[in-house]
Amino acid sequence: MSKVAEVFETLEYGPAPESAQFANEWLEKHGRAFGHFIGGDWTDASTGVSFETANPATAQPIAKVSQGTVEHVAAAVAAARAAQPGWWELGPHVRARYLYAIARKIQKHGRLLAVLESMDNGKPIRESRDLDIPLVARHFYHHAGWAQLMEDELPDYEPLGVVGQIIPWNFPLLMLSWKIAPALATGNTLVLKPAEFTPLTALLFAELCQEVGLPDGVVNIVTGDGETGAALVDHPDVDKIAFTGSTDVGRIIREATAGSGKRISLELGGKSPFLVFEDADLDSVVEGVVDAIWFNQGQVCCAGSRILVQEGVAEALERKLRARMETLRMGNPLDKSIDMGAIVAPVQLERIESLVEQGRSEGAEVWQPSWSAPREGWFYPPTLCTNVAPSGTLAQIEVFGPVVVMMTFRTPSEAVALANDSRYGLAASIWSENINLALDIAPKIKAGTVWVNCTNLFDAASGFGGYRESGYGREGGEEGLLEYVRPTWEHAAQLQREPTANDGIAQPPAGGTPAIDRTAKLYIGGKQSRPDGNYSLPVYAADGSPMGEVGRGNRKDVRNAVEAARKAQAGWAARSAHNRAQILYYFAENLEARRAELTGRLAALSGDSEGASTEFDATIDRIFTYAAWADKWEGRVHHTPFRNVTLAMKEPIGVMGAVCPQAHPLLGFVSCIAPLIAVGNAVVAIPSEVGPLLATDLYQVLDTSDVPGGVVNIVTGLRSEIVPTLESHDDVDGIWHFGSAEDARSTESASTGNMKRTWVSYGRARDWFDRRQGQGQEFLREATQVKNIWVPYGE
Amino acid sequence: MHNLKTTGSIARERAARYPATAGSVSAVDLREGVRNPGMPLELDWIREVRVNRSAVERRAATLGTRRSVKKDWQAAWLLKAITLIDLTTLAGDDTPGRVRRLCAKARQPVRRDLLQALGMDEDSIRVGAVCVYHAMVSTAVDALAGSDIPVAAVSTGFPHGLNPLPQRIAEIEASVAAGAKEIDIVVTRGHVLTGNWQALYDEVRAFRDACGEAHIKTILATGELAMLRNVHKASLVCMMAGADFVKTSTGKESVNATLPVGLTMARAVRAYAERTGYAIGFKPAGGIRTAKDALTWLILMKEELGTGWMQPNLFRFGVSSLLADIERQLEHHVTGRYSALHRHPLA
Repeated sequence: MSKVAEVFETLEYGPAPESAQFANEWLEKHGRAFGHFIGGDWTDASTGVSFETANPATAQPIAKVSQGTVEHVAAAVAAARAAQPGWWELGPHVRARYLYAIARKIQKHGRLLAVLESMDNGKPIRESRDLDIPLVARHFYHHAGWAQLMEDELPDYEPLGVVGQIIPWNFPLLMLSWKIAPALATGNTLVLKPAEFTPLTALLFAELCQEVGLPDGVVNIVTGDGETGAALVDHPDVDKIAFTGSTDVGRIIREATAGSGKRISLELGGKSPFLVFEDADLDSVVEGVVDAIWFNQGQVCCAGSRILVQEGVAEALERKLRARMETLRMGNPLDKSIDMGAIVAPVQLERIESLVEQGRSEGAEVWQPSWSAPREGWFYPPTLCTNVAPSGTLAQIEVFGPVVVMMTFRTPSEAVALANDSRYGLAASIWSENINLALDIAPKIKAGTVWVNCTNLFDAASGFGGYRESGYGREGGEEGLLEYVRPTWEHAAQLQREPTANDGIAQPPAGGTPAIDRTAKLYIGGKQSRPDGNYSLPVYAADGSPMGEVGRGNRKDVRNAVEAARKAQAGWAARSAHNRAQILYYFAENLEARRAELTGRLAALSGDSEGASTEFDATIDRIFTYAAWADKWEGRVHHTPFRNVTLAMKEPIGVMGAVCPQAHPLLGFVSCIAPLIAVGNAVVAIPSEVGPLLATDLYQVLDTSDVPGGVVNIVTGLRSEIVPTLESHDDVDGIWHFGSAEDARSTESASTGNMKRTWVSYGRARDWFDRRQGQGQEFLREATQVKNIWVPYGE
Repeated sequence: MHNLKTTGSIARERAARYPATAGSVSAVDLREGVRNPGMPLELDWIREVRVNRSAVERRAATLGTRRSVKKDWQAAWLLKAITLIDLTTLAGDDTPGRVRRLCAKARQPVRRDLLQALGMDEDSIRVGAVCVYHAMVSTAVDALAGSDIPVAAVSTGFPHGLNPLPQRIAEIEASVAAGAKEIDIVVTRGHVLTGNWQALYDEVRAFRDACGEAHIKTILATGELAMLRNVHKASLVCMMAGADFVKTSTGKESVNATLPVGLTMARAVRAYAERTGYAIGFKPAGGIRTAKDALTWLILMKEELGTGWMQPNLFRFGVSSLLADIERQLEHHVTGRYSALHRHPLA
């Protein structure tokens, strides 16, 4: 019987291999050994330490790459530094031409890149060909546009300088594009380290950069393992680190760079919920699950790894899922007829196996289809786990493999509670045919991306990034672009030292301090409360005379303030922006009524009555500014290339700590709390140690202005005693700290417990009277995070 | 870390197994060979139908990119596709001569030398049916005598379906009397668009009764049903009313068989099979012209319903020009040279 006659009966799928010939020729041309790409040149691949990169589908090595040393990294950073001024001076149009040329190059060599990617990573050629590489090209096109527009659209910004970029192995070239395109568009130069498991497409990309004539040193690629990455992170002449990878490593990077002044953006892990309501199109849900967790073998940071399904349809969904899993095909990644390829490396395969075993030992029912994975290479079958409690390992830990858990809920609010029951907050997917329900749930999920009736859609115009321990910063869109620039005033600013408390506190006059009978307590949950420790601190005027006393808050007061803020935040954020604006205007109105008293305070404190009056005027002006912004700090609708609206919503970060500047105790305080509450955060504010009475004087003003209890909480005291509790508190979502360089280090370092967002001044003083430095969009951006909600439409 | 990458594959304990080729209809023992008797109209079922158009379109768009059928497999699948063709002529200028030529092609759709080269029996490949207007039924029956190839008649005021009901029923009866073994009826789109499921059900029931032993294919004219949800609901109602096949379109609407529509109908067929155990056939019609299109439709059937739905009793292509492209592809497979239309006998 001929093969044709046989298949005519069985109707099987046969092999449909994509040829590896051209990729192999490219590897052979290089002798299957690669150096680093530094300053437009290649280092000698035959010297130094090298390591092998393997094809996960065969477990066979395919090339040798060089292990980057501290010296390699230093040379690359030096090359990038040397190239940066020239690259910036080329101007927006010329940079746009280069980015456009790179985009074209990627399209022209799309198949070579796709095949090489699948060989090195193990992902199906269908994915590298139809998803990864087109998204890479799209990212460079989109950012060619940003390069062109930068001068017009971001006139007050300039590049950071030299950027260090460290990318993971799951989407090697796509992650490279997410890093490189915005950096180049904004005039930065960079050193990129690809993952040690998947360095090859980055090296091919470097060749393409050479071919388009990109100036030497603008893009540098140094290969290596975690040590090479650490060398890049630690290099003193790097202005920013952009990292995508695990939360554990992200935490290490935050710790390592704390206080260095390096900007960082982190795109970390996830345990993304996949919510299925009873009115969803279940057949489409099943395909959604396939794309959510079996895409790229589940090695996707935003993989929908927790199916939360409404109880009434759980059985039907499970039945459909099992049937679908039987028809998934796993095998050679270069076969055009497979759904799943290989796991990137044995270490990852072992991790998946051990986590599933642990889940099984905890009582999870583990279901896998009746077919099994190929024996050669590193494969793991699609896996569905039921009977998993929210406390179970498989419900909590990011597996980073094709393993999904399924749990049930009864009501929409329970669905939200379960969805948010995670340290992570990268993405979520919501399935319902009821638009009222879907658009009600989407804002309630703590995640940077929410897909309605779809999943794992990406586009250069839509920023991608996380909430909570999934990291911070966005990649894509304008929000991603801003991660690579800084306001020009910063550069020009006098490196004036931020004053500390000692600068302002006069010594008490000899002869003792007469007590006064007015004590400002702490302000927590809308109530004036006595400090837990029941100690007070004196406050002195410029002439050394006593002005009063404030409560000496301690860690428990901070804890109580954070609790009060947490309780108040959701309700405050749910109010209309108009309402928040009205309350801010009312705050200004009531403050104005206290002008005489407060300018007196300021004058006594500073000994400068004219300056006091100026500060008071600026304060009222500032409150008006944020009252004005409250209903204008709007999101946008991204033009993603689907029949779809992508709603970029600016959401408050949540509970924010604000360690206010020491100088200008009224203006500095208001400059922090006003933007934070204008956009819906609740604040725990630590006022100036020099002039805390200017903050405590506001209690009654806040009360009479209808600011709900708990939205603004004020804890006075010694910073050394209270700030560490605030900056390390795991229920504080973000913290601003306008203080010394040492303060910055301490805050950034302490933030790693829950990876809270930080905004610190590194000891650089802002001119709080300057409208560019003291207020505006920079503050609003630091007070919000962007959530992109994808809503495909069409009936 | 890198040494881990080169230590070779980890021994897998599981036995090597291969992707199942069985159908994806789950937990159902299909009543094979038993004709769908229909069931009472179940409006609750119709009401709970959900179809998310964007999600369906995404799935449809990647059906052909997630699977690829090459070389001998492609040739085999294309030969299978030929056996699934309702070779059709539905033109105002049809004549007995034209229909006889079509029937001759139906008997021998592929050149014998090509079949030999492919290792197939010379007589193994013939089309699924010949599909004509009532006026041509007797001509076709005569022309196909002894071949076992059934004649299908489009009926019930095809393509609009708005003739008086007694005439539409009489038309079915006349075609059956003339020897048609399959009747392709058109439904009243208005019943779907107004949600009058009872009227749709009653109409299809009446047509089914008129068909007697002849099989009934219900044409939904999906291009005129506006929404995929309507397509799914109408498919279910037709199956409840006793349809043997659900069919997308007449070929006369401005939009005919599209993959999202096909996916929606295939899922309706699956839902019906899961609920009742009866396997209903599916026939996309209109707009399918290339061998590549045909492969994508077969992939759709295999993925959503399983290999069992790739046989003539459960799947047909309503096409007129597809065969010519398949013949060219088969010759290319045999010779390695791209073929030309004139090298294959006209239909």
